[in-house]
Amino acid sequence: MSTVAEPRQQPTTGPGLRIAQPVNFVRTVSSEWIKFRTLRSSWLVLVAAIVGVIVIGQLIGYNTGKSFSHLAPEDAAPSGVMQGYYLGQLLIGVLGVLFVTGEYATGMIRSTATAVPRRLPVLGAKALVFGLVAVVTMVPTCIVTFLGAMAFRSHFGHGVSLGDAGNLRVVIGTGIYLALIGLLGGAIGWIVRNTAGGISTLIGLILVVPVLFEVVPGTWAKSISKFFPSNAGSSFVSTVHASNTLTPWTGLVVMVAWVVAAFVLAGVLLKRRDV
Amino acid sequence: MIEARELTKKYGEKTAVDGVTFTVRPGIVTGFLGPNGAGKSTTMRMIVGLDAPTSGSVTVNGKSYAAHASPLHEVGVLLEARAVHTGRSAESHLLAMAATAGISRRRVQEVIELVGLQDVARKRVGAFSLGMGQRLGIAAALLGDPQTIMLDEPVNGLDPEGVRWVRHLLRGLAEEGRTVFVSSHLMSEMALTADHLIVVGRGRLIRDMSVSDFISSASSESVRVRSPQATELRELLLGKGATVSSSARNELDVVGLSTDEIGTTAAAAGLTLHELSPVQASLEEAFMELTGEAVEYRSHTAEESAA
Ligand SMILES: Nc1ncnc2c1ncn2[C@@H]1O[C@H](COP(=O)(O)OP(=O)(O)O)[C@@H](O)[C@H]1O
Ligand SMILES: [Mg+2]
Repeated sequence: MSTVAEPRQQPTTGPGLRIAQPVNFVRTVSSEWIKFRTLRSSWLVLVAAIVGVIVIGQLIGYNTGKSFSHLAPEDAAPSGVMQGYYLGQLLIGVLGVLFVTGEYATGMIRSTATAVPRRLPVLGAKALVFGLVAVVTMVPTCIVTFLGAMAFRSHFGHGVSLGDAGNLRVVIGTGIYLALIGLLGGAIGWIVRNTAGGISTLIGLILVVPVLFEVVPGTWAKSISKFFPSNAGSSFVSTVHASNTLTPWTGLVVMVAWVVAAFVLAGVLLKRRDV
Repeated sequence: MIEARELTKKYGEKTAVDGVTFTVRPGIVTGFLGPNGAGKSTTMRMIVGLDAPTSGSVTVNGKSYAAHASPLHEVGVLLEARAVHTGRSAESHLLAMAATAGISRRRVQEVIELVGLQDVARKRVGAFSLGMGQRLGIAAALLGDPQTIMLDEPVNGLDPEGVRWVRHLLRGLAEEGRTVFVSSHLMSEMALTADHLIVVGRGRLIRDMSVSDFISSASSESVRVRSPQATELRELLLGKGATVSSSARNELDVVGLSTDEIGTTAAAAGLTLHELSPVQASLEEAFMELTGEAVEYRSHTAEESAA
């Protein structure tokens, strides 16, 4: 920058003309929404998740429709076409982590914490903004995925309707599941405060550890495994119910409990630690 | 107004700020001076609540920073460490900050123009030079029309024109009656910008006085003398109670006698002088001397406690 503006005095501020208002939760939410929407990476990851879930759903719909009679029960079930959420959860989870750790990586958190020095409203506002964005994008994504995939299956005479028993729960539930995984990523981001560490922790928690528990011999490990967030969540978003999984609504409660617990820990640490 | 009382910060074993008490008053520019690692940035982070003090307290306008309803209106701060997301534009960054305090878009444009970033306001901050980054930081500090402005090493990375601009801006803000607190590790910069100085070294408060008092108290005057008969002259001057050192052959540095007294002494003994000139220790030297004291004091107490 070679052109330097001549220094000008601050505009005089009369008594009735206050430039700044008190900080409150609504203003903190609006700040977080500006932060979310003004990063190109937010939209890239979000679009990738939307496209990924839909495209995978259509492929599954076509293939499972074609070879329907040879399918395993969980693939033949209506929820089988929603399995693009395995990819979707990684993208949404990473986005959740990044929304928080991006601030630590760049130092933005220092600006954030000076603007809202009580800190907890930021945690709440970020969760609210992210949760709403995720639900508003992922629930329609899942509905479109299901309707499209069932159109393929109907072509082969195996379609089911969204209104049939349990299907609405599964389809909307998959959107909610994805939003919850994103929120879990956000909470882990607050705890770990580092992008690589946050992503590894999240993937470890939702993909690696539950599998490890399942391969351990003995029943105790398997009975713990179903309580991990991804396993609990998958009970909620499946139309088939195996004996070693939680019931759908218990699964949802367990998953929400994970997210809440992670945010409580995140909040305690955020209050206690130096920025 | 910033009031620090016995402010202390320890990071594990390391004491970054050690029982510092000071008051920063409105209407003047207060310089916060100390060599690198003296604890200036840590003190400023504690003032805005980013770091919690280990003990002691600090208030801004009578309350802790976090207790204010509209913190950006109380203190505008430029930190030394990066504090902007590199993926966002300068304008988006300021809009996000502004939103927390209901500050208008018009005000955001105003501070962008004030710091001269209007041509690059929509570019990603990641592409900014150090100087542009500093300007953005200053814009963010001014956003809430704060009563207190606190800048940590603001001229880092600025070109000479930018340095002059900051100086001008700070003086203007102080003239409006605001509290201006600005840190630097350069005495020369503070001598030009500040009215009052708070000097720290190794986490401790060393001086809290006006710049003019600091300059007159801290700088010792000496006289440089060149003479082909330096050895004889040296004996004579020592006899008169002066402190004499020598940095080159035939050259003496005399403390404690005026040029008149030295000239008269030399003439009375029939000694030839080639140079007789008063030397004012530079501000930078005075500052080094002061903070050097703090270092000595520290290592001394360390030895004592180890014994
Ligand atoms: N977060 C931290 N963790 C550990 N040590 C720190 C931290 N911040 C500062 N320090 C140490 O505290 C001392 C003071 O640092 P700082 O406040 O940055 O000094 P200054 O700004 O005067 O250069 C330095 O020795 C520095 O290494
Ligand atoms: Mg510093």
